[in-house]
Amino acid sequence: MSAFAHPFFLHAVLAGTAIAAAAGLAGYFLVLRAQVFTGDALSHTAFTGALAALALGWDLRIGLFVSTIGVALLLGFLGRRGRSDDVAIGGVFSWILGLGVFFLTLYTTTRSTANGGAGVSVLFGSIFGLSASAAWTAVSVAAVLCAVLLAVARPLLFASLDEAVAAARGVPVRVLGLVFLAVVGACAAEATQAVGSLLLLGLLAAPAGAAQRLTDSPYRALGLSAALAVAEMWAGLAVGYAVPSVPPSFGILAAGALVYGLTFVPLPRLARPLGAG
Amino acid sequence: MPLADAVTTAWPWNPLTDFQVMWSYPFMVNAFRAGAVIAVLAAAVGWFVVLRRQTFAAHSLSVVGFPGASGAVLVGVAAGYGYFAFCVGAAVLIAMLPGSGKGRGEESALTGTIQAFLLACGFLFVALYKGFLNGVNSLLFGSFLGITTSQVLLLTVVAAVVLCVLAVIGRPLLFASVDESVAAARGLPVRALSTVFMVLLGAATAEASQITGSLLVFALLVLPAATAQVLTPRPGLSLVLAMVIGLVVTWLGLTVAYFSPYPVGFYVTTFAFGGYVLARLVAVVRQASLVRRGPLLRSAV
Repeated sequence: MSAFAHPFFLHAVLAGTAIAAAAGLAGYFLVLRAQVFTGDALSHTAFTGALAALALGWDLRIGLFVSTIGVALLLGFLGRRGRSDDVAIGGVFSWILGLGVFFLTLYTTTRSTANGGAGVSVLFGSIFGLSASAAWTAVSVAAVLCAVLLAVARPLLFASLDEAVAAARGVPVRVLGLVFLAVVGACAAEATQAVGSLLLLGLLAAPAGAAQRLTDSPYRALGLSAALAVAEMWAGLAVGYAVPSVPPSFGILAAGALVYGLTFVPLPRLARPLGAG
Repeated sequence: MPLADAVTTAWPWNPLTDFQVMWSYPFMVNAFRAGAVIAVLAAAVGWFVVLRRQTFAAHSLSVVGFPGASGAVLVGVAAGYGYFAFCVGAAVLIAMLPGSGKGRGEESALTGTIQAFLLACGFLFVALYKGFLNGVNSLLFGSFLGITTSQVLLLTVVAAVVLCVLAVIGRPLLFASVDESVAAARGLPVRALSTVFMVLLGAATAEASQITGSLLVFALLVLPAATAQVLTPRPGLSLVLAMVIGLVVTWLGLTVAYFSPYPVGFYVTTFAFGGYVLARLVAVVRQASLVRRGPLLRSAV
């Protein structure tokens, strides 16, 4: 238990557990609703938002949350129109990324003495660098996100599986979709602090994809996705602590990819053998 | 040019000599050449990406160049090999997965996991190769400085090969992209076509990443093609239009970036996105005028 004697590791475990649970829950719905690409777009938005806040001298988290939730709602409104969905998302977020580069340059040219590696730590996360207050903020935000997701889980599940029938039965499909996207945006902002904006897609997609392969029951898969995400987070943190040269975000992602890869192994009755492993 | 001199004496800066100075640097000339090659190649391949709605797969492939390059640097070989090995390898992997890159639930989770895991590998390589931190930004966001003439030559050769293969499979690929089931029923090898296309996409992204960086290739792939397809429904015309838009956007971005302190990636993506938004606005206005004219046409018939 000597690892827990270090405050930085304790903070990382606290924040990481909460963030992973929220990401696992949100990721399951993201995969179910085939909106993984939206998650991808939000992860890049998080990068731009964080660097914009840094360049302007604000708290990093303000930029993260404002940008990801704002873009999530924007994509929600755009998506309803129906046509050229993926391409519009791709167009928007490739520009947002360009904007992120602009803010990165602005930040490094005007405030470079403060923190030269800020861009890299936003992109790839620095969970071992969280302070106590940052960790507790992350825990409370993640708890709220989990509560919201669990509260809307039943109607959201219905709306995700059969949108037309759900709408006919009086479920507010459109509002649910927007609420869900806002929650995913907030999750992305949270997860950026743990694994970085480039890697959070793995935290959203890998546990959810594995859970979907392991069980057909939606509620069980939802729980499993959150549990897998938390377990992968712990494994990654342990690896990152034991081997200092390996960054913890790599450990987390490697654990996620490994678990997802393992779900392909004992299923030879699939129609086509898969080359994943 | 006495006329130009007469005009420009009144101006604080002289466009003619500014451009002459810009092109007197060999690296700028090479940047313009490489930019042209990449823009045309990315627009041509991206045109099929947009048509096939494979933007997610294209984005994953473009991002995969980063671990390739950082891994190559860690091992001690040229970054170009890493780009090609990882991009083409990931293209084959994604092509082998059923229905991936099409935004369907489980397959897109798989593509997303592959993407994030490979990016994490890139970060690991960077962490293992200490003192490389400033190189990360240039791998991710590109740099148009220091492109050598032999590099331009290599880019041109690879681009020519990719474009030739694309030209050979262009017609069946178009058919398969527009209506996959009918094409399969007519005996086209739909699956082989899509695999070949993914490999071409991997090669194109690997090539473009070397200049634009892993994160911004995607803009050059998708935006010019999407703009062109919004503007005209005719396949041949929009393909040519996509190449022209890509070329204009890249050269404009390079020129503005030369005269300003901000990176070229920002300008290229901004111009490309501006063009896309303009095209969407034009399309909306055109549709509105068609709707207004609609009743008149019907009464005329």
